[in-house]
Amino acid sequence: MDWITIISTTLKAAINVETVLYALAAIGINIHFGYTGLLNFGQAAFMGVAGYGLAVTVTVLGLPFWVGIFVGLAAAVLLALLMGIPTLQLRADYLAIVTIAAAEIIRLIFRSVAFKDVFGGSDGRRGFSEGFHALSPFPEGEYGFNLGPIPIFFPHWQLWVMVVGWALIALCCGIVYLLMKSPWGRVLKAIREDEDAVRSLGKSVFSYKMQSLVLGGVIGCLGGFIYGLAAGSVQPDVFGTETTFYLYTMVILGGAARVLGPVVGAMVFWVLLVLIYNTLAEAVGSGYITFLTVYQVGAVRWILVGLGLILLLIFRPQGIFGDKREIAIDAR
Amino acid sequence: MHAETTSTERKAAALAAFKDLPREPGVPKPDPILVVDKVVRRFGGLTAVDVDHVEIQRGSITALIGPNGAGKTTFFNQLTGFDTADSGSWTFNGRPMNGVPAHKVARAGMVRTFQLTKALSRLTVMENMRLGAQQQKGENFFRALLPGSWRKQEAEITARAEDLLTRFKLIAKEDDFAGSLSGGQRKLLEMARALMVNPELVMLDEPMAGVNPALTQSLLGHVKDLREQGMTVLFVEHDMDMVRDISDWVIVMAQGNVIAEGPPSTIMSDERVIDAYLGAHHDAPLSESDLETQLHEAEAALEAEIEEETQK
Repeated sequence: MDWITIISTTLKAAINVETVLYALAAIGINIHFGYTGLLNFGQAAFMGVAGYGLAVTVTVLGLPFWVGIFVGLAAAVLLALLMGIPTLQLRADYLAIVTIAAAEIIRLIFRSVAFKDVFGGSDGRRGFSEGFHALSPFPEGEYGFNLGPIPIFFPHWQLWVMVVGWALIALCCGIVYLLMKSPWGRVLKAIREDEDAVRSLGKSVFSYKMQSLVLGGVIGCLGGFIYGLAAGSVQPDVFGTETTFYLYTMVILGGAARVLGPVVGAMVFWVLLVLIYNTLAEAVGSGYITFLTVYQVGAVRWILVGLGLILLLIFRPQGIFGDKREIAIDAR
Repeated sequence: MHAETTSTERKAAALAAFKDLPREPGVPKPDPILVVDKVVRRFGGLTAVDVDHVEIQRGSITALIGPNGAGKTTFFNQLTGFDTADSGSWTFNGRPMNGVPAHKVARAGMVRTFQLTKALSRLTVMENMRLGAQQQKGENFFRALLPGSWRKQEAEITARAEDLLTRFKLIAKEDDFAGSLSGGQRKLLEMARALMVNPELVMLDEPMAGVNPALTQSLLGHVKDLREQGMTVLFVEHDMDMVRDISDWVIVMAQGNVIAEGPPSTIMSDERVIDAYLGAHHDAPLSESDLETQLHEAEAALEAEIEEETQK
């Protein structure tokens, strides 16, 4: 077995572009679900409108890259307002239903034949990331270092996406840290505990929930940009509901309502996924495992990851960074 | 235990205001802080609240009592904006309040607590208290990002919260999660938190429900203290000992209506109140003819039963 490759890809997965884009979207979910108690099951839609906002602006309208980013951000804010206005006055479960439905509607519009001229149908859009890569300070080549015998190298274009992505993660974590230490964050956490109590103390619950939805949606849409720029394309089926559920997994894995929880959650999630996949694929390839074929490994890794997460929730329900005392209070 | 032996100036003032008032529902008060007119709330076919007119005297402790299902809590919900009345109007300090959302009612100075305590479990006691303060600069999204812009105010709020927590004997718990407090301590915290809003009118929905008797006296003391500090208190309660002990005036509701008002010493002997609690004919003797008809009915029922048995 080629352990060097397995370890190399696993280590790279901890900081690679997938981790970056999921971490960003998970920071958004953490604001919604972890701090405010909003069950937003449509985070993939925020990523989708951002990715497509950028792609369509650049490829179809022929406008510059920065306009595309602006259009994506505006689309995320608009989506938050559209989903929030009818549902945030109602009970929490309504938001969950509306967001999951809205996300599916948006995905189906992106892949519909009727709008193929705009969104490109199920093939999506490509060729919009030149403007971004033109800004890259890294000349062509491979960048990285050898960790003992293990090579950790990234191509120049990927490194540029990673640098920008991790800078955004640092920025977002800083913002979340400042906000959640402040009286503004206190109101959000209080809304998570009991909306009526917050109302009785003279705070406009609707306004704070809307601010939370917009903020988390905008941070989630940054993940959509990173996806589009890293892949060089946007495809509708990437923004399906399972993406949102992976995000929830990461938030709970890292510890909900913790600043670094979603980031570490995303890292652990991808490391596990890549490690299991590569180990299994190598073991099958070199004949150690005979009851699986290489084609089944992809499915088996999801089964094993699922199993691992179930065990984690049983033995450490508060996640990696969580506070056990909070879980004890919840159980009352 | 019923009468106050050391009545204070505020208490005397409140009692003087009520002295010559008639014991009629909706009687006008000399200086009302809250005036309610024709408030109706229906749930389908059920009229839960139908209050024609009621006034709450400023600076007094007014009790709202009534049998279960009388509409007391629903009435509270209408007044504080937590539920929308079907019709009616009410003014607080002369300002119309119908249709005003709950958070604006609280900002206006009319703050309520809940029958089922709403402690914010996964926030500390101190954070619960700080949340009550109004016009916090740091509650604005953009200012929140600049800690320098709200730190000073936060320190002032914390100092005020510490004073209140000391008064309510919760200061030792300030860093504990509110969810770890006992039921009685949560009631105390909820009351203290409501005071952080600086209310003029405090509305307590069953402040004694589920409170350990050892804490009752301390809670009673705190409620009386509110009046001493110039606040007006309106509370819903079932415990008549408490009502007699601390209230200056009692309003009785039954089936959604205000049926009687009066001082606590005499209200429970009011005919209308006894009727509401025990039923209108609870103590009327049965007449001769009533007895006859009852006897005939019982006999007829027995005969029918026997007939049924024999037919089988």
